[in-house]
Amino acid sequence: MRHIISLLMENEAGALSRVAGLFSARGYNIESLTVAPTEDSSLSRMTIVTSGSDEIIEQIIKQLNKLIDVVKVLDLNDGKHIERELMLVKVKASHQYREEMKRISDIFRGRIIDVSDNTFTIEITGSSTKLDAYLDSLDKSAIVETVRTGASGIGRGDRILKI
Amino acid sequence: MSAKKFTGAEIVIHSLHKENTEFVFGYPGGAVLNIYDAIFQLKKFKHVLVRHEQAAVHAADAYSRSTGKVGVALVTSGPGATNAVTGIATAHMDSIPMVIISGQVPTHAIGQDAFQECDTVGITRPCVKHNFLVKKIEDIAPTIKKAFHIARSGRPGPVVVDIPKDITAEESVFEYPSEIELRSYHPVEKGHQGQITKALELLISSKKPMVYTGGGVVLGDASEELTKLIKKLGFPVTSTLMGLGGFPANEKQFLGMLGMHGTYEANMAMQECDVLIAIGSRFDDRVIGNPDHFLSKPRKIIHIDIDPASISKRVKIDVPIVGNVKSVLKDMNEIYSTLEKNHDKKIQSDWMKTIDEWKAKKSLSYKNSDEVIKPQYVVEELHKVTNGDAFITSDVGQHQMWAAQYYPFNKPRRWLNSGGLGTMGVGLPYAMGAQLAHPEAQVACITGEASIQMCIQELSTCKQFHLPVKIINLNNRYMGMVRQWQEFFYGNRYAESYMDALPDFVKLAESYGHIGLQIEKPSEVTDALKEAFSEKNKERLVFLDFLTDQTENVYPMVPNGKGLSQMILSEDL
Repeated sequence: MRHIISLLMENEAGALSRVAGLFSARGYNIESLTVAPTEDSSLSRMTIVTSGSDEIIEQIIKQLNKLIDVVKVLDLNDGKHIERELMLVKVKASHQYREEMKRISDIFRGRIIDVSDNTFTIEITGSSTKLDAYLDSLDKSAIVETVRTGASGIGRGDRILKI
Repeated sequence: MSAKKFTGAEIVIHSLHKENTEFVFGYPGGAVLNIYDAIFQLKKFKHVLVRHEQAAVHAADAYSRSTGKVGVALVTSGPGATNAVTGIATAHMDSIPMVIISGQVPTHAIGQDAFQECDTVGITRPCVKHNFLVKKIEDIAPTIKKAFHIARSGRPGPVVVDIPKDITAEESVFEYPSEIELRSYHPVEKGHQGQITKALELLISSKKPMVYTGGGVVLGDASEELTKLIKKLGFPVTSTLMGLGGFPANEKQFLGMLGMHGTYEANMAMQECDVLIAIGSRFDDRVIGNPDHFLSKPRKIIHIDIDPASISKRVKIDVPIVGNVKSVLKDMNEIYSTLEKNHDKKIQSDWMKTIDEWKAKKSLSYKNSDEVIKPQYVVEELHKVTNGDAFITSDVGQHQMWAAQYYPFNKPRRWLNSGGLGTMGVGLPYAMGAQLAHPEAQVACITGEASIQMCIQELSTCKQFHLPVKIINLNNRYMGMVRQWQEFFYGNRYAESYMDALPDFVKLAESYGHIGLQIEKPSEVTDALKEAFSEKNKERLVFLDFLTDQTENVYPMVPNGKGLSQMILSEDL
């Protein structure tokens, strides 16, 4: 099953490679991984999307906790949470397709952020499945380039990951 | 008046001194010359010059294994650090607390492919508990403090501190922090009382209880608490290779080692028990064999371990107890005294009878010979000559298993070997570390002609530092364990397992300034051992080259992928 694991770690050189190295050394999947500093500049927040059986996810959480630089780990799938991913897509938008492209992007609440004679660049956010659905709705040959950030997630309501 | 200034190198030495470092095992080189100069001038500890960095780490590791203190090694950048990696990985697999200081090229040269540069932090990352690259002089003392704290607390392990050369030449004030707080690191010490009670209730109500202990008992200095509890409970105990000595082997409850080369009774009891308590052990592949076969028998499993990640890693655990083994066992002893009245030992008497029947098989018996030296016999005689009280190190292979099987340990920290990584070549450097830590003790390295050659250069270190270790070379002219597997599983095709062109070990030992003896007849074994351990040779390293039976195999054996109860027993039985 797909899990979103969120963690806080010391914002130090090499911290990212400890996490990435752990996943490769133990053969765990990484679907996506995002990392950036938090409002507390000594901490980084990392969101890892991975998949595996309950036993494997339990081991991943334990192994992450074992890393000295990791301060806190939370499996967002243990409770209610919100997931968002940002995608930038450049699509072919020559004259006869422009309206169609605009319409599809509106349906998915995408925003056109750059326009050229032959292309639109569309910004779209949502869950990873929504972004997949958007791409599926396009003619494959119309897609010029896609850039995805990987998922970020946060717990709903009082569920917080903070030290 | 401004505070006194120290160079970075001096700060390194003073910091190690503050951690009560007695020995530093190392090898100098460009990036650590400032540190070596400070060692020379400050004389705060004894530096032991090895002949290869791998041996520096192994010897520091053995110092730690035999004393419980943190071992310290010092190597230079580049090849110094890469040579140390095998030693670091060996210590990591067996959870040995160590601090390894490595030199690094100057900060401005990092990333420039400088002479003797390598990414030490990157290379060692997967085989350390933690590592640091020190970037400024003010960080040296707090980083060393953190390194020692991380190495020795929780589940212990090696920590690498990589220090660029320019920083060791700069000057700064020195203040060693008395305490260090790491917000991301708080190992659990005390076990959950409710879980401990639950575990004990499960144990005393079981009909077929079994205790399985590992290296955690030794590392956690929990032998006393364990022995006390097990004697009260009256249950059978087995131990992993790493746990030997954690429970006295001369107690009748001890069933010997379990696992791939465990005794018949230990493996059968593991497989057939209905409640199993694992203490500081981790259900690894050499211990439980095929996990599916192991789990085909229903049983409840209790697991005490300081590392939560060890629990339910290979086998699902019913009652997990996370905590320091010593502290948990102490609590168990106390809680048991309140439950003892409910413990009717009669319900376990049938189980004890069954175990006695398994024991009667005498799975470690072997046919001795008047013609050719049996390796098992050499180990048994060594046990007699040393009164079972020596520090025994081994390398990796058949001789390691025979040492574990035929030299029973009644005390912890007497048995030093590479259980997890299985590193050939550790035996001699381990003996050096143990002998330095225990100058009056008898130290023997049980090895084979293949393993000993992997760190043979350390005979020179032994000469320089007057280390009177006794080398018991079980020389069968084969890589014995490889040959055994080739015999069992590869149709006797002995691919590259024959040790051709062996050195004359007697002359080799003599050339390093030691005593060498070759023993060919079984009748000469005991006298040779007595000679090696005699008062006359108390100060001398003696290399005993025993020409042993080439065809001898280690039994019992659980073939790879098979279950614990599917042992191959000796044909002699």
